[in-house]
Amino acid sequence: MSELYERLREAIVDERPVALATVIEGHNAGAKLVVEPDGDIIGTLGHAELDRIVSRDAVGELAAGRTGVRHYGAEGQARETDVSVFIESFSPPPIMLVFGAVDFTAALARAGKLLGFNVIVADARSVFATVKRFPMADRVMVAWPDEVFDAYGDRLGPHDAVCILTHDPKFDVPAVQRAVATDVGYIGVMGSRRTHATRLERLHEVGVDQKGIDRLMAPIGLDIGSRTPEETAVSVCAEIIANRTGHAAPSLRDSEGPIHRPPAEG
Amino acid sequence: MKEILSDLDAWRAEGRQVALARVVNVEGSGPRDPGAAMAVSDNGDVIGSVSGGCVEGAVVVEALDILESGERRMVSFGYSDDEAFAVGLTCGGTIHLFIEPLDW
Repeated sequence: MSELYERLREAIVDERPVALATVIEGHNAGAKLVVEPDGDIIGTLGHAELDRIVSRDAVGELAAGRTGVRHYGAEGQARETDVSVFIESFSPPPIMLVFGAVDFTAALARAGKLLGFNVIVADARSVFATVKRFPMADRVMVAWPDEVFDAYGDRLGPHDAVCILTHDPKFDVPAVQRAVATDVGYIGVMGSRRTHATRLERLHEVGVDQKGIDRLMAPIGLDIGSRTPEETAVSVCAEIIANRTGHAAPSLRDSEGPIHRPPAEG
Repeated sequence: MKEILSDLDAWRAEGRQVALARVVNVEGSGPRDPGAAMAVSDNGDVIGSVSGGCVEGAVVVEALDILESGERRMVSFGYSDDEAFAVGLTCGGTIHLFIEPLDW
């Protein structure tokens, strides 16, 4: 096996970010460069200056999680089109932190896996937070929110999600406090509208500001009339997608009335 | 390519000749984004996909041809009314694929 493929494969399997640049048109079609986030390269596109420019661009594309074609002169010149290079970014899977080892958790963990998340389930109660109950999760932690955020908080970004399903202020207040201090793209909090109203008071008391409150999707999920844990998991995952893409979808947060109102007749 | 990696490993371990097709560009409406990949082995087995099933059959033909000739190239599929394309995407977009032997 060749070194290029092996290095690419190892990075992907180890869940390390890596980019693959391939000349698809022009001189040396098929030539490849494997680029790591620190700019280390393996392989060559056939010209040292082209390698230097493409690897620099690949580091940027990788950081942004973008995949696409860029054009260069034969020696890497900008605004020339002698060579077309396909730069493919391989990012590690996004993280989904799920707080609360309840029935909804198992369904959400399954749906999260379907979407390609690295799913971590956490609950401070060792009786409930077991691998046996959540075999689909990548990791089950018997831990308080602080410990979970100490481990994962720095790694959370726009593509990651925090889902707080405990609806117990002992857990969800500290979980929200720590979640809004990260760059995580989605924070969903489960509970009725009444539960959320009292939760908001507690959050204000512990000093979570309005900017933090505005990031919360609570009650969690889209307003699609879901009832079962599985249906709720679909509504939460759909909200995560809509939130990331910025597309309009009816969130429960933005509607009024009972979450589980009976279906319309007819 | 991530999705087909373990199957690719198995094929390589068996010493099979493999062609790799990757979506590099999509114009207009297309079912899969750049980076979507499928692979075809020398005995015609297929893993992965590059569209919603519209052009996979034609990609297999191209891939086997490329395995035989060893010449990597760009292949495009567009709206099927265009005579330049034997098969097309029903959604009306155009996808550009880079197909090559997995010899690296």
